Amino acid sequence: MLATIPVLGMVAIFVFLMLRLTPGDPAAVIAGDNANAEQVAQIRAKLGLDEPLVSQFVIWITKMVQGDFGESFFFKKTVAELISQRIEPTLSLALCTLVLAVAIAVPLGVLAAHRHGSWIDRFVMGFSVFGFSIPVFVVGYLLIYVFAIELGLVPVQGYSRIAGGFGSFIERLILPSITLAVIYIALIARITRASVIEILGEDYIRTARAKGLSNRVVLMRHALRNAAVPIITVIGIGIALLIGGVVVTESVYNIPGLGRLVVDAVLARDYPVIQVVILMFSFVYVLINLVIDLAYSFFDPRIRY
Amino acid sequence: MTATADEPVEIDVAASSAAAVKKVGLFGRLARNQSVAIGAVLVGLMILIGLLAPLLGATDPTAISPAARNLKPGVERNIFTPAGEQVTRTFWMGSDSLGRDIYSRVLYGARISLIIGVTVAALSVAIGLVIGLIAGYIRWTDGPIMRVMDGMMAIPGILLAIGLVSVWGAGLVTVIFAIVVPDIPRVVRLVRSVVLSIREEPYVEAAISVGTPVPLIMFRHILPNTIAPLIVQGTFICASAMLVEATLSFLGIGIPPDVPTWGNIMSEGRSYFRIHPHMILFPGIFLAVTVLAVNMLGDGLRDTLDPRLSKRI
Repeated sequence: MLATIPVLGMVAIFVFLMLRLTPGDPAAVIAGDNANAEQVAQIRAKLGLDEPLVSQFVIWITKMVQGDFGESFFFKKTVAELISQRIEPTLSLALCTLVLAVAIAVPLGVLAAHRHGSWIDRFVMGFSVFGFSIPVFVVGYLLIYVFAIELGLVPVQGYSRIAGGFGSFIERLILPSITLAVIYIALIARITRASVIEILGEDYIRTARAKGLSNRVVLMRHALRNAAVPIITVIGIGIALLIGGVVVTESVYNIPGLGRLVVDAVLARDYPVIQVVILMFSFVYVLINLVIDLAYSFFDPRIRY
Repeated sequence: MTATADEPVEIDVAASSAAAVKKVGLFGRLARNQSVAIGAVLVGLMILIGLLAPLLGATDPTAISPAARNLKPGVERNIFTPAGEQVTRTFWMGSDSLGRDIYSRVLYGARISLIIGVTVAALSVAIGLVIGLIAGYIRWTDGPIMRVMDGMMAIPGILLAIGLVSVWGAGLVTVIFAIVVPDIPRVVRLVRSVVLSIREEPYVEAAISVGTPVPLIMFRHILPNTIAPLIVQGTFICASAMLVEATLSFLGIGIPPDVPTWGNIMSEGRSYFRIHPHMILFPGIFLAVTVLAVNMLGDGLRDTLDPRLSKRI
């Protein structure tokens, strides 16, 4: 648990160094191409760029902790403002995907393990290899073409805020979530299958069957519960995939979220935004995995801290 | 009673399967693995397509023909060659908004994708191997190195690559290194774990006791044990590198747009997608098939070379 702190520290150092160790004047780089000399000097003073690297880092990290994320010279807003506007779409997309993926992948994995070697097992394994191989954006455009353009079931692109009505919110969110869920389902189903197969070979499963418990109880209560730790672990690790996928999916579906923001920021060379978004996503990733580590003892009471 | 009756049978099975393994040999086992066979054939096919692109009817993938813009697949058009001659050409996969032949671009794109996949895999395995050997064998370096690696792994791979491309600028070399960096910690962890288990083996102890210098121990006794898992890992890195490159190029922050990569072709097709889905479909299929083939190769290699790992995953 305490190991999380140095990890977060390392992430902060990387994100900080990413910009400082590039050739050229960081102040000019941060200010962007259209800045004048005065603006550049202002940034240099503000970031303490004349000071040694270590005190620069202290100045930078202190501001980050205080919530002063700097200013975007391209969007003409503070980075904090930009992020707070963009957080809802990304969060909705990620949560919707997570729910969808877990709801599909876990039963699929259990079923494949139960019918080990059957056509459904082969299908799940085939799907998982396929899911890892097809790029997220190709899945996205295929789904748009079939369901939005040809069949006209859902709107083609865009995002509708939850405040604007739940129906249109879900209608526009469903296709992006399915798109993003494909790779996540592949990952979770595969691990679920593998760990349930392993558990099904245990003696207590034979005992459970011998005393006449139904398949459903054996699979759900005895097998899945004991296979839970690797499954939730991979759900946590998969958050990295999910974050990468959010960036792509938001660009495909024109969703004004954080992923789209980071791409726009790279195209505009808007470094303060890039830094903060990378930092934020990484912290979220690390913290979710910390929570999952802590949740192990809930699923497996033998694990104690 | 049953236990004693079972025992001789089990020993027989183990002995005969061990003999079979010996007789067939490594390549025999690899060729028998369905996944390896299919993967290798498809990868070989893609390499051939990339190498033989000019013989397969591909023309200059960057040649612009204003008269043949946004064509549907299979359309014939008269176009002018750079030499000024008029020729009739069939656009098997249609053309893009600048009149470039998508068939030629897809075929040449195979070269770039494969080069990137293999280069990224080789570089990250090589760099990760050196760091991992050091971390695993020289005790005091282990803590600091692994903390740095943990930090790198905490940044989602694509984001780290995006961040690095944004400061280094877009280009073939910068994109390759931007994809290599996030892959290094995974290799380091793998190598380190192998080194940590091997360094306790009696033969390493024996080598230390007769005064074998550290570099020789690493090279002769420890390194060979890392090769099988590294080949497997390298294959998976190759597959994911091709996907990441295509993603970066697709987002418009990867390889410069004039280079025909699958990601770039799809990126150009984005705006015309509603009317011309083939601009994304064809390069998408090629990319997916190639990545699928490399992944299948990796799965098969893992099962054959590293049974320990296949049990874990």
